[in-house]
Amino acid sequence: MTAAPCLHRLLLPLVLSLLLLPAALLAAPAPNAAPAAVLSPEQEQRADKLAHGLRCLVCQNQTLAESNAPLAQDMRNLIRGQLADGKTDAQIMRFFEDRYGDFVRYDPPFKPVTWLLWLGPFALLALGFLVLVRTLKRRAGVRAPLTADERARAARFLDSGS
Amino acid sequence: MLRYLLPLAIFLTMAVFLAKGLSRDPRAVPSAMIDKPAPAIGLPDLLEPGKTLDVESQRGKVWLLNVWASWCGPCKDELPVLREAAQRHGIALYGLNYKDKPDEARQWLARNGNPYLASASDVDGRVGIEYGVYGVPETFVIDGDGRIRYKHLGLITPELWRTRLQPVIEALQ
Repeated sequence: MTAAPCLHRLLLPLVLSLLLLPAALLAAPAPNAAPAAVLSPEQEQRADKLAHGLRCLVCQNQTLAESNAPLAQDMRNLIRGQLADGKTDAQIMRFFEDRYGDFVRYDPPFKPVTWLLWLGPFALLALGFLVLVRTLKRRAGVRAPLTADERARAARFLDSGS
Repeated sequence: MLRYLLPLAIFLTMAVFLAKGLSRDPRAVPSAMIDKPAPAIGLPDLLEPGKTLDVESQRGKVWLLNVWASWCGPCKDELPVLREAAQRHGIALYGLNYKDKPDEARQWLARNGNPYLASASDVDGRVGIEYGVYGVPETFVIDGDGRIRYKHLGLITPELWRTRLQPVIEALQ
């Protein structure tokens, strides 16, 4: 049911942007593009790092830095604005988490609901090792050389059998 | 026996989880805004730009905030559903006109009918971000204390209204 509107949302801007491309090339910058804050090189770097650590909610497998979605642009501008206001990286992360949840972070936080997510792969790896060790032991057991005692017993059985 | 049952059990568990994962809408991110106070809107009224949208009069009542835009196809489709539902249940319906040109938004309302008591003009989408909006249409149910109690992502069909939104609203009233 959501597929149709999704498709609209994706296709319509695409088609429109293709149609409007020549006009856009001639026209002045979009009137409602938020004025980008002027940042120091150090702040630029922080803005870039933050944008790489946040998810674009529209195209979910891209970071804010990679995405060209309008929302991602707005969020990048917001990051710049907040950096210009002297906010810390943690405060800015927090701002987005408060509104979009943990999902907005590209590295989910380590807390009880995400324990399985973080530890699951390691648990699976450990389980795999356990199975491997057990299997190897069992196989090694089959081929283990006989002790002197066992050899003697085997010889006795073989002798008595023949 | 265990050596056959164990892989089967693991397979079934994974199959159930994966099947559940497939049937979910990956766009539907659990909203972080549920049970939080609805952020202040403080934006101009779309139809009377001199006025600020005022939702204070809804204190003590359940009301809806529908995020819409003239460029959003499904917004038009859900308009009749919202109109009828709001009328039938006597619920105040407000709009947040998200990242739209006010002129086009006003034309859109004139063309399709205006079910909103009022719409706020969020031209740069800043208030949308306060609400955690990322896909239009979205609809928020806000309770008498001004808290967001439910968020619906995407088009509201009559069936979705009946099965999702209406029960939430009735429980709050």
